[in-house]
Amino acid sequence: MIAYAIRRLASLALVMVLVGVCVFLLLHLAPGDPAAIIAGDNATPDQIAGIRAHLGLDDALPVQFLRWSAAVLSGDLGVSIFSNTAVTTLIGQRLEPTVSLALATLAFAVPVALTLGVLAAWKAGTAIDRLSMALSVAGFSAPAFVVGYLMIYVFAVTLRWLPVQGYTPIGVDAADWARHLVLPALTLGLAYVALIARITRATMLDVLAEDYIRTAKAKGVSTGPMLMKHALRNAGVPIITVIGIGVALLIGGVVITETVFNIPGVGRLVVDAISKRDYPIIQGVILVFSAVYVVINILVDLSYTLIDPRIRY
Amino acid sequence: MSEASAAATASELGSTPAGARLRPWRYVRRNPSLVGGGVILAGFSALALAAPLLPGDPLTMSPNLRLLPPGGNFLFGTDALGRDVLARTIYGARVSLLVGFLVATASVAIGLTIGLLAGAIRKADAPLMRLMDALMAIPAILLAIALVSLTRASVATVVIAIAIPEIPRVVRLVRSVVLTVREQPYVEAAIAGGARLPKIILRHILPSTVPPLIVQATYICASAILVEATLSFLGAGSPPEIPSWGNMIASSRLYLARAPWTIFCPGVALALVVLAVNLLGDGLRDRLDPRLARRM
Repeated sequence: MIAYAIRRLASLALVMVLVGVCVFLLLHLAPGDPAAIIAGDNATPDQIAGIRAHLGLDDALPVQFLRWSAAVLSGDLGVSIFSNTAVTTLIGQRLEPTVSLALATLAFAVPVALTLGVLAAWKAGTAIDRLSMALSVAGFSAPAFVVGYLMIYVFAVTLRWLPVQGYTPIGVDAADWARHLVLPALTLGLAYVALIARITRATMLDVLAEDYIRTAKAKGVSTGPMLMKHALRNAGVPIITVIGIGVALLIGGVVITETVFNIPGVGRLVVDAISKRDYPIIQGVILVFSAVYVVINILVDLSYTLIDPRIRY
Repeated sequence: MSEASAAATASELGSTPAGARLRPWRYVRRNPSLVGGGVILAGFSALALAAPLLPGDPLTMSPNLRLLPPGGNFLFGTDALGRDVLARTIYGARVSLLVGFLVATASVAIGLTIGLLAGAIRKADAPLMRLMDALMAIPAILLAIALVSLTRASVATVVIAIAIPEIPRVVRLVRSVVLTVREQPYVEAAIAGGARLPKIILRHILPSTVPPLIVQATYICASAILVEATLSFLGAGSPPEIPSWGNMIASSRLYLARAPWTIFCPGVALALVVLAVNLLGDGLRDRLDPRLARRM
């Protein structure tokens, strides 16, 4: 187990180095002078020179890369071109709304998806199965921003049950914080629910055909414990894997959802940076989100032993 | 012909009802996803192709006809600049379908090449796959945003930016097929018979990758249409002067309460097209890839 964990950490380091190289090279792969692109169409030569100096673009590429990666490793993601604030500070200020949104989404999406998937597998071939799988295809096809505006239109504008947009920090008013998170979490969770429900149904179908399920039924285990204890737990590994892979979906969705619901999180930070071409912010946020994704997926790998004692590393 | 593709063809023939042409309803009932998705997609494609022939102009602004509700001269109403929402929605289909098709083609072509190399040449395998792991770790939408924001907005840039994050998915699929097929007796026989590596790859391995790749290409097309609209919505996609669904929704978001049709007409069109392509993919998967179809 420990040897395995060390091996996984080594591969994490390798993947993160490659991610770093990709993110670093992005700026240099673009055709033309990156400083001129960042400065925009109406920039004076002075402004372009200023940006060149700011990003240290005059040095050789390997020198730039070493300087940049040394800074990243010491926790310095550079300085925003427009606000002249450290990117880590900017991300830190925006962390609470994004983390709140992500946790609210997970808290609602995972139980709903597991229930839908288990129900569909248990009642395979019936109307319940077809309905939940149709919902899952629809959830996968519906664009998050259209769903978001639909939710705002129905529940906030027309019915006036929930606030239209915005965010209240949890420290200011916890009830208001929760009310502001309901619609964004539903919007963000839709595709995630669809993904997990599908894989849950597929693995549960396989498990329910196993002999030990027949044995459990024969010895009189009632349906609830049979589904949850005997079947779902054995279907756990593929489901947890997809929950981990699906985090990529959540990260992309956070950017959209925060824009639709006007939530001042990390996603909004990067969207605002696009229009200003504030490249250090874009680079920093991509690096942080990729690291989150890689770390979560390694934790998922390591969690297999907890779900399934047969797995030993 | 390879065993796997022979099996795929056989199952295709086997599941085709003998009297398909005589009894079309039976075919529809057996393949609801395939037919349903195909019909919706064909409808949108026809509208997109015929767009210049249809009445209504997507670009004319009529300041005195701003935010008209649906009905009358404008079936879907007008937007904040007095433009015809129906005409813009139809023109938006052109961008979406074009981007979807180009991204699917490009990412499958590149991914197939890399996947065949990784699967067939042992030395290239590990480095190529670690690179793909890294690409997969970068969230697709953010990677596309970064690529688009560094270049001048154009449909070509958007296609490249969306295709790159899709490549690792194709590579993994192709590689897994190659690794399975490589151990098959007929490939070993070809090697023993002295066939050269390029010939083995092209003649004996490539055909097995085609059925799963067609299915994967359809899913990539659906996801590309969704990502293009998302990028345009976030301001990092198609140039603002092009009527794309994402641009339409982005420019109408301030009018949600006053003129919901300006958001929901392109929104519903987008959802329908993505749904149709996904259904088509599910239908193709059931026909072409029975092993996968049973599992999902």
